[in-house]
Parts: sequence; C-alpha cells; structure tokens
Amino acid sequence: MKSSKAMLGAGVLASMLIISSGVQAQTVGFSQIGSESGWRAAETTLTLQQAKDRGIDLKFADAQQKQENQIKAMRSFIAQGVDAILIAPVVATGWDSVLEEAKEAEIPVILLDRMVDSSDDLYLTAVGSDLVHEGSVAGKWLVDELAGKDCNVVELQGTTGSSPAIDRKNGFEQAIAGHDNIKLIRSQTGDFTRTKGKEVMESFLKAEDGGKNICALYAHNDDMAVGAIQAIKEAGLKPGSDILVVSIDAVPDIFQAMAAGEANATVELTPNMAGPAFDALAAYMKDGTMPPKFIQTESKLYTQADDPQAVYEQKKDLGY
Amino acid sequence: MTVMLPFLRRIMPQLITLAVIVGLISFMFPGFFTISIANGRLYGIPIDILNRGAPVALLAIGMTLVIATRGIDLSVGAVMAICGATAAWGITEGYSLAATLAMALSAGLVCGLWNGFLVAVLGIQPIVATLILMVAGRGVAQLITEGAILTFNHEGLIFFGSGSLFTVPTPVIIGVAAGALATLVVRRTALGMLIEAIGINLRASTLSGVNTRVLLIAVYMTSGLCAALAGIIAAADIRGADANNAGLWLELDAILAVVIGGTSLLGGRFSLIASLIGALIIQAVNTGILLSGFPPEFNLIIKAVIILIILILQSPTMRSVVIFFSRDPAGAGEVEKETVVP
Repeated sequence: MKSSKAMLGAGVLASMLIISSGVQAQTVGFSQIGSESGWRAAETTLTLQQAKDRGIDLKFADAQQKQENQIKAMRSFIAQGVDAILIAPVVATGWDSVLEEAKEAEIPVILLDRMVDSSDDLYLTAVGSDLVHEGSVAGKWLVDELAGKDCNVVELQGTTGSSPAIDRKNGFEQAIAGHDNIKLIRSQTGDFTRTKGKEVMESFLKAEDGGKNICALYAHNDDMAVGAIQAIKEAGLKPGSDILVVSIDAVPDIFQAMAAGEANATVELTPNMAGPAFDALAAYMKDGTMPPKFIQTESKLYTQADDPQAVYEQKKDLGY
Repeated sequence: MTVMLPFLRRIMPQLITLAVIVGLISFMFPGFFTISIANGRLYGIPIDILNRGAPVALLAIGMTLVIATRGIDLSVGAVMAICGATAAWGITEGYSLAATLAMALSAGLVCGLWNGFLVAVLGIQPIVATLILMVAGRGVAQLITEGAILTFNHEGLIFFGSGSLFTVPTPVIIGVAAGALATLVVRRTALGMLIEAIGINLRASTLSGVNTRVLLIAVYMTSGLCAALAGIIAAADIRGADANNAGLWLELDAILAVVIGGTSLLGGRFSLIASLIGALIIQAVNTGILLSGFPPEFNLIIKAVIILIILILQSPTMRSVVIFFSRDPAGAGEVEKETVVP
C-alpha cells in the first residue's frame, strides 16, 4: 500500500517535472497551534507521518497557542519559498494580511481542523470535521441500537457556549427527533474534562433514582464519558449494559473501556486532517484542480464489534 | 460550655448559611438525606458534597493560614496539577506507592518553598509571587505528563480518590484529618497567634522577636502540602493526571471559601473551621445546581447570585442594620462601640 502510494507519488512527480515547470509540493510548511490536547498531539504525529509517506519535506512550526507565532511562521515559510502551507489557525480572526502575502507569493494555503473569518479566495481549501454530523452519527447509533425501546438519555455537554458543545448537541437532537421512545431527561456541562464528567454523572445518578431511570449516556467527548463510566461503576451499576454509553472523539482510552464492555460506541474525530489536505494539494499541483472550499473528514462510528483492543493498540502511540 | 460559646458565635453565620442551602436543596430534592451503602461505600448526596468538597476544603486550610499572614496563594490550583502529575508519573514509572506519595508531597513542599522564598526573603508581594507559579505550574505539570492525560491503574493510588475506609470515602477522611491536625497545631500552640501577629503587623512581629521569615515560608509550604494532597485526590479520582484541567480555578474557590468563612483578606484573625464550612457551602451550591436540572448556561449566574447574597448578609453594614433593628436604641449605641473594636 505504502509502496504503491510512493510509486504513484514518484510517477506524479516525474510527470509534473515534465509538464509544468517543476511545481511539485516537495516542501510544505506546517504551522501547528501547539500541543494543548492529546488530539492535537496525534494530529501532529499523523501529519508528520503522512508527509513522510508521500516523500514531502515538511517544515514544522509549533506556535505554542500564539497567533503571532503562527504569523511569524507563515512569513518565514513564504520567505523560504515553500510549495504550500498547512495551518491549524489558533483563532478565527486576523489572518487577512498574511494570507494575502501568501497569495501574492502564489503559495496555496490549506486550513486544518479550524476555520478563519477571511474571504475564502485567500486559501485553497479547509479540511475539517462537521461537528453537527458527529452528533447526529452518535444519535443515529442510539436510535438503531434501541430499535424502538423506551429510553431516558442524559447528556454531558462540552464547555458551555463552545462550538463543539453547541453543534454536537444539535446534531444529536436532530438524530433523535421524531423518535418518541428516546427522551433527553437531563443535560449539564462537564467542561470536556474527566473530573467534571464524573462529578456531573454522580449528580445525574442521584437525581434519577440511583440511575435506575437512566438508560443511556451521551457525552460530547470521550474524556467526560471515561469519568462518567467510573461514576456509574461506583454507583453499583454496569456501564455499557445498565447504562449505554456513547461519546465522540475516539481517543485511545475509550477503546480500552469498549474492550472491557463499559462503553458502547464512539464517533471518531479523525486526527488525520493532513491526508485529505495532501491529496487535494497533489491534485491541485498536478492539473490545477480546485478542491471544494471545505473538505469534510469522515466521522466514523466505532462500536464494541470493531475490535476496540486492536484500535487501542493502533492509536496509543500517536501521542494522544 | 462557656468556653465554646464565643467559638460557636464565630462560626454561627457560616453554619446558618450551610443549613439554609442544604434546606433549599432538600426542599427541591426530597430524597436528599437518603444515604445508602453501594460497593461498600456510603452513597448519597450529602456524601457527594463532602467527597467533592474535600479538595477545596484541603486548599482552604492552607489558604486560610496564608491569608491570615496577609498573603494570598494563587498557585494552589497549578500545584495540584503538578503534584497529581508527579503521582501519576511515579506510579506509572513503577515506583512503590510510598515513594510515589513522598515524591508528590515533596513536590508540593518545594512549590510552597518557592512561593515562601519569593514572599519572605525577596519581599515580593504575595499576589505577584504566587502568580508566577500559577502561570508556570501548568507548564511544569505538562512537562511531567508530556502533554497527555497520564492514566494509571494502581489500586493503592486509586484508593486515595475513590476508595473508602469504614465506608467513608477516603478524600473525606483526608480532609477531616488535615483540618483537625492543622487546627490542633495552630490552636494548641502559639503558632496560630504568631501567624495572626504577622498578618496584623509584620514589622512589629519581627521587632518583638517572632521569626517571621521562617514562619512565612512554613505557611506557604503548608499551603503547598495541602495542594499536594488535593492534587493526589483529584488525580486518583479520575485515575489519571490531567495537567490542563486538574485544579483549574480551584484557587479562586479556595479563596472564596476563606472569605465566606469570615477571615479577612487583610490578614489577622482566622478560623480554619469556618473556612472548611465555607468550602462545604461552595460545594453544596455546586451540587445543588447540578441536581436542579437548570440548563448549564445558568450555572455560573446562579452560583454568583447565591455567593453575592451570602457575602451581603455577612457584610459589616448588613450586620449593623440587623442589630440596629433587633435592639432598642440604648443598646444600639453599645453595639457601635463593639464594632469599632476589631
């Protein structure tokens, strides 16, 4: 697989050298936000890996959560004359001038994972996940799993007001709308953390007759689900069977819980944003194919049937 | 009995507040006082309040002593993260439980020593001195965990977060023991008085022979030690060290607990018991909000309003108003004289 890709890459490279005047994405600059979460670290690992597989020389710059570092990195990439720039922007605003500089230098820019507020002709494309879709994949799983049985669901929301929390809530509600057997009885924020997930789940269990009244938990991320699973166990119930657990992100720890039968399903927010980005870039470099302005990554559903232990082994070294 | 009276009068406002909040929750939630045993452990809402309140209560012990010296320790949340990370690192590296705990507690003591050095030796203002560690501490914790949530499955360490002794959750036992020990040490010796003396007038205490420098450092180290205990509990509770979120903003809750407990931020007289009740009040409010089922957008507003009401009721102006209306005019004159004396 890898070798065939490399062959293809080499083929493309060779044809490029002949047809165009040697414009091949050989050197790509990548400005990463930082390493604030395990997911971010995994994204970095996978981007480096993807570049290596394709024979791309990736120049990596860690911005340590600061926009000025990212702008500096962008300018240095432009000065070095890289063939393309990947950037995971830390904030949405303030990119116009540096994006224009890149455009003037005819360097395509691809946004990873997050969007910017600039006009969309300033960048080639954006690769990201549809947060509403993630929520609806989780909701659809629950609808299918229950097959019409009555079920009271409790929800652990992300940080109040954050876009993942709002969108993942909406997506889930859209998916369960029209299914009167599913009722969302409690919803509270767990701030995307294990500690709060556990604490809030404890209160849900107390408030709903020791948990007897709850049939499923929907958590906006896996970390809160992992905390909640501990709370359910401490209350003397079995997570995964007494209370179904579905969450989003697909971090390695949830696969351990799934392997132990304590979690039921998770929706992947793939850290491999660079793969689709490099594909779009290669097509653009080859014959100028303009990619769509937003490339949506797959929101893959994992259940206990997907050999969670094997997935855990795959994921655990990505830096999550 | 007569010895206890002034003490009871001191903590009466806090006790009444706690009773009112517990009353409110049990009114909304009739099953409040039901306590059963699940998995060999007490199980119920009051237990949750004690258990979840334990980390803030521990921080409040150290914070009370620091505030009594007219200082403040903003770094306790970050120190929790550092010590939790140290504990998780130690146990995953294969050190024994005793060695791991020793390392985590020493990390707390070192953090306290650093704060104490900046405040007592270099004379930097406490709010600035501890701000340094508050900002840098999470970075240190992230270096230890290498940016990820460092998980562990060591039953011995987990015991400190979700274990129980005679059906009582371990964090509650640690909190009560630390509170009792600290109270004994400061009130059965002259230490408490010396700490208050530093808070009232540092120079006068130094001139009258109190070794203020050593005492100040010791107080900050105590705060670091309390934060270390809280950090171990927080990490053990979720079986992992989360450098980004462990103890996040808890320094503010700890300061609030001390303030609700009636200790002045200007230093001087303090009450550990009142601060501990203050921590319980905060947790009771938190748990009450979670149980109430309001949308999460309202959480912080409800909490702020309740805290505001508590602080207004405790304010000196309010107190004199209450006393003014509850006594005859002749008595009111006496009270005014009383309030002048601090």
